[in-house]
Amino acid sequence: MKIVRQVFTVAAKDLRSEIRTKDTLNASLSFALVILLLFSFAFDPTAEQTREISGGLLWLVFAFAGALILNRSFSRELPNDCLEALIASPVPGSALFLGKTIANVLLLLTLELVCFPVFGIFYNVPWTEQFWPLMLVVVLATWGLTVVGTMFSALTVNLRLRELMLPTLVYPIMIPGLLGAIQLTSALVMGHPIDADLTQWLKLLAGFDIIYTALATMLVDTVLVG
Amino acid sequence: MREKLMYVLLAGSGALLVWNLSRMLLYLPDEAAQGAIYRIIFFHVPGAFTFSLAVFSALVSSVLYLITRRLPYDTFAASATEIGLAFGAVNLVTGMIWARIIWGIWWAWDPRLTSMLISWLMYAGYLMLRRAIDEPTQRARNAAVLNIFTFPGVIITYKAIDWWRTQHPGPVLSFRSGGGRMDPAMEATLYWNFLALLLLAAALLMVRMRQETTRRELDALRREAHAL
Repeated sequence: MKIVRQVFTVAAKDLRSEIRTKDTLNASLSFALVILLLFSFAFDPTAEQTREISGGLLWLVFAFAGALILNRSFSRELPNDCLEALIASPVPGSALFLGKTIANVLLLLTLELVCFPVFGIFYNVPWTEQFWPLMLVVVLATWGLTVVGTMFSALTVNLRLRELMLPTLVYPIMIPGLLGAIQLTSALVMGHPIDADLTQWLKLLAGFDIIYTALATMLVDTVLVG
Repeated sequence: MREKLMYVLLAGSGALLVWNLSRMLLYLPDEAAQGAIYRIIFFHVPGAFTFSLAVFSALVSSVLYLITRRLPYDTFAASATEIGLAFGAVNLVTGMIWARIIWGIWWAWDPRLTSMLISWLMYAGYLMLRRAIDEPTQRARNAAVLNIFTFPGVIITYKAIDWWRTQHPGPVLSFRSGGGRMDPAMEATLYWNFLALLLLAAALLMVRMRQETTRRELDALRREAHAL
């Protein structure tokens, strides 16, 4: 159970430093709101059309804003050689990685929970009809995207053009997860219950989470320590 | 010795291509439904096969690099990916030309086409990542990890025509469809052309590997000169 404690220590450390500065959260939240605003200029749909494409709109916003959070996840450790210290500490790489993933998931979930009502109000979309299934989808998809994203944040932390490389590399890999999240969110916002068809997408999402969590925890030591 | 093998591979590939082209253009008739344009399949499908084989060997050598930490495996993975990308481009471009004639559009967002494009972009990202890292062992390590994350895309591309109802034609080759979907003489020509492209890929791989080895030697010399 030592590893669980280590994971939560890392997650708590990340969240604490985020809550004290609120740098990332403020930046990504305002970025998300600006993109939501921009969408209103890109098209002028009826409320019904907006519901049909709500999944795509929202998850693009979350993916863009999420990249800001993920970019900072490892690079915030670069000043004063904090990353070296973390790697040299007795915490194993996988615990460090999972801790950071949990912190990122919580930050991204906060952002999403703000964006949903804002989206509902500005685009006149009642989105709460299938509230709890929707939350399940949001949590599953956020976990999957964040696991891949945090892994790539570690992979790109020492690069020139880090801010550019992370989204370029990570979005194509996220596509299966994003696809599932988009399909499910659109259907649930339109008020469809989870039927056999949607269960397939839910399975895809769960599979994505499991495969990439396993791969990332296995390989993160190689990336961080060498 | 290596040089000789390279030229033999190149010559073999060239001779085979000439022979295959004569079969395609002079011997095989037009296809009943599609007319002359069907001949693009002789490059489209072998291009995809060569791409898959190249990136699969890149995956194997990336895993071997992570186990053994020997840099030649990394060199092989990088070279094989570059060559895979070239043949992947052959596949995409020939497919688009065929689609323009048969479907009337250059591109359709169907699962097969989309997943192939995504895979191609991911491997382009792999090469971009390599450019962004200067230190050789760190580059090799991160690139190998990225390669493992990228390969599932190729599996999805291969299985896409089984998993979804795609606009892209379903399996026609006998080892996937059980036979009867394509004339045996045409299918044989397709495999011969696969061999021609494969020999070409092997020759290119050897050129690329040699360049990379020379570059490493130059780097070492430069470091040595710097130390003095």
